[in-house]
Amino acid sequence: MNAELTGAEIAIRCLQEEGVTHIFGYPGGAVLFIYDELFKQDKVKHILVRHEQAALHAADGYARSSNKVGVALVTSGPGVTNAVTGIATAYMDSIPLVIISGQVPTAAIGQDAFQEVDTVGITRPCVKHNFLVKDVAELATTMKKAFYIASSGRPGPVLVDIPKDVSQHKTAFHYPASVSLRSYMPVVNGNIKQIKKAAQMILGAKRPMIYAGGGVILDDAATELATFTRMLDFPCTNTLMGLGAYPATDRQFVGMLGMHGTYEANMAMQYCDVLIAVGARFDDRVIGNPKHFYSEDRKIIHIDIDPSSISKRVKVDVPIVGSVSQVLTELINLLKASKETGDTHALQEWWKQIEQWRARDCLKYDRASKIIKPQMVVEKLYEVTQGDAFITSDVGQHQMWAAQFYKFDKPRRWINSGGLGTMGFGLPAAMGVQMINPDAMVACVTGEASIQMCIQELSTCKQYHLPIKIISLNNRYMGMVRQWQEFFHGNRYAESYMDALPDFVKLAESYGHVGMRIEKPEDIDGALKEAFNLRDRLVFMDFVTDQTENVFPMVPGGKGLSEMILV
Amino acid sequence: MRHIISILLENEAGALSRVAGLFSARGYNIESLSVAPTEDPTLSRMTLVTSGSEDVIEQITKQLNKLIEVVKLVDLSDGNHIERELMLVKVRAIGSAREEFKRLVDIFRGNIVDVTEKTYTIELTGPSTKLDALLEAIDRSLVMEIARTGASGLGRGERSLTI
Repeated sequence: MNAELTGAEIAIRCLQEEGVTHIFGYPGGAVLFIYDELFKQDKVKHILVRHEQAALHAADGYARSSNKVGVALVTSGPGVTNAVTGIATAYMDSIPLVIISGQVPTAAIGQDAFQEVDTVGITRPCVKHNFLVKDVAELATTMKKAFYIASSGRPGPVLVDIPKDVSQHKTAFHYPASVSLRSYMPVVNGNIKQIKKAAQMILGAKRPMIYAGGGVILDDAATELATFTRMLDFPCTNTLMGLGAYPATDRQFVGMLGMHGTYEANMAMQYCDVLIAVGARFDDRVIGNPKHFYSEDRKIIHIDIDPSSISKRVKVDVPIVGSVSQVLTELINLLKASKETGDTHALQEWWKQIEQWRARDCLKYDRASKIIKPQMVVEKLYEVTQGDAFITSDVGQHQMWAAQFYKFDKPRRWINSGGLGTMGFGLPAAMGVQMINPDAMVACVTGEASIQMCIQELSTCKQYHLPIKIISLNNRYMGMVRQWQEFFHGNRYAESYMDALPDFVKLAESYGHVGMRIEKPEDIDGALKEAFNLRDRLVFMDFVTDQTENVFPMVPGGKGLSEMILV
Repeated sequence: MRHIISILLENEAGALSRVAGLFSARGYNIESLSVAPTEDPTLSRMTLVTSGSEDVIEQITKQLNKLIEVVKLVDLSDGNHIERELMLVKVRAIGSAREEFKRLVDIFRGNIVDVTEKTYTIELTGPSTKLDALLEAIDRSLVMEIARTGASGLGRGERSLTI
């Protein structure tokens, strides 16, 4: 018989068993016993954030950049409600997290106790699963289940709510090596008949297109995707969530698709005859109006681990449920063994067409401008970091420019809130990325509006000496809102300006960081080099950019992919 | 189209609210929902009546399957099945109405399970449409109260939902 441990000790021991190196959190009454146990050990390092939302985003950045489960620890009541935005962010992008929340003692539940909320109820719609642990004897198994559910199948956040008395009660500790749940058995291996059907369809394609999403990154299937795409010589596009799944500098890459995707990617998507969707979900920001998408005849093969993602918005011809790495491997083997070759002549014609579209140079902008163009900042950032940085972003125009102009060649380098679109994500996410990748270059591309949503984390960065480079594209507007108002609301810029901005240089300095303000295009390069040479310092770079610049191409809401607005 | 879906789910606190929450969050209809433990105390069986296009029903079953606590489900409408619902109706029964209610309940093969000087309580079991038919046949101004359980159902013959 093992010695009995308290619930708090068990919670920490479970984290150790899972190999968790860092957790992000904020203490409070209901989690005091857990914090007491954290204090007594040094295997799991706790990072004290300044707001629970940031704890979630940081754990999220940690998970996205490493493929480990991110862990956050928050107290009951406001600790949880503050965390909800971060939980929903992770849920929408299928990020594996385990959130431990404190709860009022079991006897007080339902009594409107101090700092009580129905945590399981509030978080239910934005978690993959959640648990309220009422008996300490169930804690270890519940933690194991939480890690298992979070990281298997289509990943997602799992919350474990621990009442204060449960963290105090004692029981024998045994951490199960594995768990199995009769009600949760994700399919990994794709149906071989379906895969054979897909291979036939691929060999018969005249105008093929590969459309790869975040699922490729989550399943670490970039190598398989590259092999598959190259052996077929097919064009490949990545979604916003999939950037880095296929190398952006490769000839076969046609850029990101969707609302702000490239002309060539969107046109190829619309006019292909066989579409191979890999770990992507035909999001409204990706295909625009489904009716318009249907107006062209094409066959669709859809590979996804989540059956409910298939035929949700777009009917597909060959659905394959399974892990994308496994299914792609099967496909590669089948195609290698096949005696047939595809229609190379048709494929050449198709490439000619794509190159014509590409020649449209849809991402061009005024490089001779006397005012800083935001696109140029991202391009220079790419050059200075040699494409090797982790880039986090917030939400808005800067996010789209980062996605369009930073050429991601590797997966897990582009960290952004694609599904929920959470402003305030960038800086705390960068903290998580830097924690698990201590020697890497980490930059947060943001705007003066987004950065202010979690600006308090400059303090956390100070405490843990995180040398993040903040690239703020400051146009004194909520740029994307302003852009929509310009296009669709008669230039009435209702509340989308940013007035009364702080002096960001002084603000950074007041936290002990380095601040820079860059106003001229010719200074961009030097400033970036100087900032990245300050290897152990956080640098806040306030780029004063063109206020009127818009993100192009743009597929307006409700329109089809070939109805882009171009520069 | 109307569909009747049977679901085996873990008999755990909160499982029901996950199902109900899924339907409201995604804008699906619930016409009725009934749930009770099965012979295996770790499992509950839920019968859910919903409606929607084939695409919507496909999404509903996929989304239900995705819930961690759902062990197994079947769309009973996909094949032969039997379906029953229980209804209790309390009516104002005075004078000639007393005889009339008695006759009507006999025709529908229901039972009068509570009698007072001025009221009857009628019990009727059957497919939901039969229950509707009884309500159509009686004078609504005499109806005091109605309680319906929502449909419950099983596949016919060998067709069964077990683990």
